[in-house]
Amino acid sequence: MYPIVEKKVLSENVKQLKVKAPLVAKKAQPGQFIILRIDEKGERIPLTIADFDRKQGTVTIIFLEVGKTTKQLGTLEVGDSLENFAGPLGKPSEVKKYGTVVCVGGGVGIAPLYPIVKALKEAGNFVISILGAKTRNLLLLEKEIHEYSDEFYIATDDGSKGHKGFVSDVLQQVIDKHKVDMVMAIGPVIMMKVVSDLTRKCNIKTLVSLNPIMVDGTGMCGGCRVSIDGKTKFACVDGPEFDGHKVDYDNLMLRNRRFLHEEGEACRLADAQ
Amino acid sequence: MPEQPPQERIKNFNEVPYGYSKEIAIEEAKRCLQCKNKPCMKGCPVEIDIPGFINCIALGEFEKAAEVIKAKNNLPAISGRVCPYEEQCESECTLKKLGEPVAIGRLERFIADYERNKGAKIPERARPTGKKIAVVGSGPAGLTCAGDLAKMGHAVTVFEALHDPGGVLMYGIPEFRLPKIIVKSEVEYIKKFGVDIRYDVVVGKTITVDELMKQYDAVFIGTGAGLPNWLNIPGENLDGVYSANEFLTRVNMMKAYKFPEYDTPVKIGKVVATFGAGNVAMDCARTALRLGAEKSFNLYRRTEAEMPARAEEIEHAKQEGVIFKLLTNPIRFIGDEKGRLKEVEFIKMQLGEPDDSGRRRPVPIPGSEEKMAIDTALIAIGQSPNPLIPQTMKELKIGKHGNIITDEDGRTSVPGIFAGGDIATGAATVILAMGAGKRAARAIDSYLKNT
Repeated sequence: MYPIVEKKVLSENVKQLKVKAPLVAKKAQPGQFIILRIDEKGERIPLTIADFDRKQGTVTIIFLEVGKTTKQLGTLEVGDSLENFAGPLGKPSEVKKYGTVVCVGGGVGIAPLYPIVKALKEAGNFVISILGAKTRNLLLLEKEIHEYSDEFYIATDDGSKGHKGFVSDVLQQVIDKHKVDMVMAIGPVIMMKVVSDLTRKCNIKTLVSLNPIMVDGTGMCGGCRVSIDGKTKFACVDGPEFDGHKVDYDNLMLRNRRFLHEEGEACRLADAQ
Repeated sequence: MPEQPPQERIKNFNEVPYGYSKEIAIEEAKRCLQCKNKPCMKGCPVEIDIPGFINCIALGEFEKAAEVIKAKNNLPAISGRVCPYEEQCESECTLKKLGEPVAIGRLERFIADYERNKGAKIPERARPTGKKIAVVGSGPAGLTCAGDLAKMGHAVTVFEALHDPGGVLMYGIPEFRLPKIIVKSEVEYIKKFGVDIRYDVVVGKTITVDELMKQYDAVFIGTGAGLPNWLNIPGENLDGVYSANEFLTRVNMMKAYKFPEYDTPVKIGKVVATFGAGNVAMDCARTALRLGAEKSFNLYRRTEAEMPARAEEIEHAKQEGVIFKLLTNPIRFIGDEKGRLKEVEFIKMQLGEPDDSGRRRPVPIPGSEEKMAIDTALIAIGQSPNPLIPQTMKELKIGKHGNIITDEDGRTSVPGIFAGGDIATGAATVILAMGAGKRAARAIDSYLKNT
């Protein structure tokens, strides 16, 4: 059992939980994720590690309440426990001195970006961060990420804060101004696709963190398989980060929709209770 | 063996065979000739005293029969259900030459169930040795090794990556062949020897084998063959194509057949095609029917004679209505405009010269391509050794199929590290994994006495 030691509401349906999981905290690296199960009838879901404290033995997860499990997760309070919390899974981010890096985070994808931004800054990079969301209330970790960024930009669809438009608009402006050595993008699949299309034109190395549906998370089922440069890879063991220019985003989006019907049914039943 | 009738059993996930009654068991046990040279024992990978326990049943001494079995086998309710006994003990039975061998497997199951219902006696453990062993993986190899080591007086901790014990026993073999409540009960029995099981520990990620070697006196690796094999044909990533592992894990371990009571879903269309012909493929095709498929096909590139599945499983599948399309090989999966599977294109095959598995090699018949409308494809063409530990521990000698190389007692290239089961042999059977766990336990005990 893994107790919840802290809970924060970051925005209307984005919540943050700090979970006591000493073995995971001991080994966690930026870019990795965990798989949790709330209770015995629950499903296993992956969530990227937003932060970790090796001394306290805690791991922080940030999640958007989109379906039955994340909504249920959002109702838990300090003192409640999770039945299972396995990790750290996946390959850690390749953190090194690239030179000038642009870190682009969209929506709840900003959460896993945070430890990566921190690590890249500490590795000596010039870090430019671009955070985007539909509206200012859905932005996350602004202060925290700003602290580790040399340049910091915001984009909101409705213009309630920062640039009115998409992160890709801001990215284009940044690329026009700087010689960028690497772009790291985490967010909705369509956002990562748009960013990659942009950087492909300018030949800038781009890494994305993919979010397919997972079951075990340890490489045994292939449910999370993605197509990278025409070859099949498992996001849980070969990723979750991949070369953004080689990802078949359309296939990922279609595979992520395969349980849409069941997801809707589960939500309706949960809401009715 | 009395069984649920086929048309009824495809509507539920209950066990297919009902099991023997006391009367039938005693009658069957009395058929045993008690041969002096015990040929049946030659076929048993875990060395059970077969004539011994059968004699006890014939005399109505069921508890004594259980003791005889449990002296060698910690998981008889499992092996009594899934062992291919017709290829092992029963194939050596003297009576087989005259007709039907003694139903050894079913008698083992009878005793295991009898004892489980009464409450199993905990056997004696040797005095504590003060030695600690880490077992990686709680599948049949790991559980057997852990149980035997604990009986010898060692302190054993099992590290399991998933949230339930059992490995394939839990995620791979369906509920209707091996009820999960039985798996949990057998695991509880092993825990009573003092075995400690820790879940959510992915060795190679959460903790490494090197770290385990520092904290324990020896390590046994039983991480199995959970890596799914793919056809590697176009369209394999379409919505509607599952690996057998994903499909079975959702249904068996995550109980997706009870969705939405259980949160994990599984999606089965109307026409399901399973590719492959081992026990896993039979499990997939039969599970598809139980989930409501209108038609469940099994596509295999050779003929029934070459099928690796147990004859009993093929028979059960046929009775339930699985339609076999033999000598067919898939070429590609075709999707609709939304990326959902709608057809498979396959080519007819004929059998040529034997390949290095000894079976006749299937050869395509040119121009015989055909298409078949399907909406779900289950790829059950085999599993390979789990790559996590081989990839993260460079000192371990690994074979060309990703298996950990061991001698016949489970010793790897690193002293103090042992391995057994599918991780060493490639995908095989539960009982062979148990035999490997048993031999490794003896080798570990001997290693600890000499260090």
